[in-house]
Amino acid sequence: MIATNTTSLSLPDLSRSPTIDQVGVEERIERLTKRSIKKDSKVLALKLALSMIDLTTLEGADSDGKVRQMCYKAAHLHDALPGVPHVAAVCVYPTLVRLAKQTVNGTGIKVAAVATGFPSGQYPLDVKLRDTRYAVEEGADEIDMVISRGHFLAGEYNYVFDEIAQVKEACGAAHLKVILETGELGQLDQVRKASDLAMHAGADFIKTSTGKVVPAATLPVTLVMLEAIRDFYHATGKKIGMKPAGGISTAKVAIQYLVVLRETLGQDWMTPDLFRIGASRLANDILMQLTKEASGVYQSLDYFSKD
Amino acid sequence: MSDQKATTGGNGVKLNFSTDWKYAPAPETAKVQIKPRYELFIDGKFSAPAKGGYFDTINPATEKKLAEVASATGEDVDRAVKAARRAYDKTWSKMPGKERGKYIYRIARLLQERAREFSIIESMDGGKSIRESRDVDIPLAAAHFFYYAGWADKLEYAFPGKRPTPLGVAGQIIPWNFPLLMAAWKIAPALATGNTVVLKPAETTPLTALKLAELIQDADLPPGVVNIITGAGETGAALVNHPGVDKIAFTGSTDVGKIIQKSLAPSRKKFTLELGGKAANIIFEDAPIDQAVEGIINGIFFNQGHVCCAGSRLFIQESVADLVVRKLKDRMATLIVGDPLDKNTDIGAINSRVQLDKINEYLDIGQREGAEMWCASCDVPTSGFFCRPTLFLNCSQSHRIVQEEIFGPVVAIQTFRTVAEAIEKANNTPYGLSGGVWTDKGSKIFKVTSKLRAGVIWANTYNKFDPTSPFGGYKESGMGREGGLHGLQPYLNLN
Repeated sequence: MIATNTTSLSLPDLSRSPTIDQVGVEERIERLTKRSIKKDSKVLALKLALSMIDLTTLEGADSDGKVRQMCYKAAHLHDALPGVPHVAAVCVYPTLVRLAKQTVNGTGIKVAAVATGFPSGQYPLDVKLRDTRYAVEEGADEIDMVISRGHFLAGEYNYVFDEIAQVKEACGAAHLKVILETGELGQLDQVRKASDLAMHAGADFIKTSTGKVVPAATLPVTLVMLEAIRDFYHATGKKIGMKPAGGISTAKVAIQYLVVLRETLGQDWMTPDLFRIGASRLANDILMQLTKEASGVYQSLDYFSKD
Repeated sequence: MSDQKATTGGNGVKLNFSTDWKYAPAPETAKVQIKPRYELFIDGKFSAPAKGGYFDTINPATEKKLAEVASATGEDVDRAVKAARRAYDKTWSKMPGKERGKYIYRIARLLQERAREFSIIESMDGGKSIRESRDVDIPLAAAHFFYYAGWADKLEYAFPGKRPTPLGVAGQIIPWNFPLLMAAWKIAPALATGNTVVLKPAETTPLTALKLAELIQDADLPPGVVNIITGAGETGAALVNHPGVDKIAFTGSTDVGKIIQKSLAPSRKKFTLELGGKAANIIFEDAPIDQAVEGIINGIFFNQGHVCCAGSRLFIQESVADLVVRKLKDRMATLIVGDPLDKNTDIGAINSRVQLDKINEYLDIGQREGAEMWCASCDVPTSGFFCRPTLFLNCSQSHRIVQEEIFGPVVAIQTFRTVAEAIEKANNTPYGLSGGVWTDKGSKIFKVTSKLRAGVIWANTYNKFDPTSPFGGYKESGMGREGGLHGLQPYLNLN
């Protein structure tokens, strides 16, 4: 266990982060993904997954029109089907935050902004902090930051720790999600260390990926991060959220993530307040499954709006 | 004992696993053929027992009767052994290995084709979860037939410089914990080496062996090469003592193994015994802790703990003991105990009322001995034989729950301080079948595993089986090896 000081932030002794056996993690995932989720429990899971989505567009080509359309979709996923929740948040670049905020106003949907030189994070700290403050001033409820993977892999943990702590300060009231970009960290031991470091530095959420690097979110990585969250909770009493992002595009896989969540952290985390799925295409596949559960037949993707 | 489905950490925080999101029942629904009555499989045909006795086999999850099966007496055993002898003399021992191999491959393929049916019947008759019978028992049984089929025409290469010849008729007695898998472990190497077989499945779980008899008929195996006779202990004793048997292969309890060894002492029959165990699963402080916890779960709760190599003695280094126990409780809180045919069930039914009573007796003994008992608070069906996954804290080597094989989902936990202490305590048992070591340090794995006196030792995993790997015990856990190249030897004369 990592010794923690709950009154002020300090870098944990990362040499005491538990080591991770990749084969064991994969076996655990294989077992969890064999859970058979049918009927009522499937419908419940699908709706829960919808409500946890951070509907995302992070393209250089993003425009006002694109964001406006996506924000409408976020609140009206599929009006033909009653009882469908809205997504948790929309996730955009900082310059589009103000527009997104206006568009989702009154729906209860949050606006998340990627900041700190997303996706590479290869910028000086003062630029990252300005990026963060700008997004917050524009109205972002949540900031998705990237860590400096180069510094992390070079063993400069203090640098990464201070960076996260300062971004957290710059966030003010906005929630901070820390993107580890696990696809660049190389091994699960590093994922665990980066998770511990980020939580101790003040992350409200830890997040797998930018979506710009392959592999993005995977179930083994998510399990390791959830176990880090569990240990942090036991040590400090603080509940940190989790956001797998990138590559989760089918309802089936989304349900597998929920199974892993349920059996690792339990009921308290089964809420958009503590679990998000970053995705751009997932919602329509879930809607297709929900429609099938209601009507008994699958409809083609042409019946689901692509915004 | 906790009555809530939640676990508490050191500073009072709790994880709550009694979630709103329940998994809906997901029962395996395929229809299977179970006849109301099964006769004895002798000389390629099903025939009634000489004295006409039958007994019921039940589903331990519902306590309902599945079928009745014949009770073989001495006369039936004699008939089966003679059929096996005829088949040995006339066909099987004279057949080229390549031809024998074809038959065994055929059995393997048929078993794969009917895997679903066999899985369901295995779960119905024995109580194990469909997840395990589908993913472990049946595929592994087929794999054993495939593996030994390959050896049938290569025996000279297995033992260079020797001339391997078969023994004759093998009498084989198997337990109720892995009914079909144990049948495969026994039959496959015997057939590959040119022996014929009289197999007696366990009294509580005869159905998949009898389905295997039907499959062997379909495979057109020459009559008498495999004979399957059902019955209780007396049937087994008649088989062991029959003068026409050349070799006995037994898997089961140490008590019965001792009786068999005594009765075989004056004879020239060869034998292998695979008996009980009380394996040490050792968690060092430098282990990958979360995966080690999963290994503890696989070690003791696999097949309801009805596993001779189960990791029933857990040793945790004192510096991480509280952490591991807390994580173990968290994990146990998510185990699903119930209908073996539900695909989400982790732990199925205890095999029989007798076994459930025995486990419950040990739970009493453990508490009387002063160990601290903790059970997962999962829901358990009200009918059928079920037992909550249980751990005992503060155990010592002097406790009976540490010394004796419980054969149920019960783990006895002790702590240790040094590597030497772990090795000493792990070896301080009359058994020596298996063990587990969890550490990230490669040199420690080699040091510890070379000093543990047990036949099978897993490092950073547990309860992994493969037909190419030999399996067997030291001391009271038996003698001889099954599986792999080693598994051929007990069925051969090597000159």
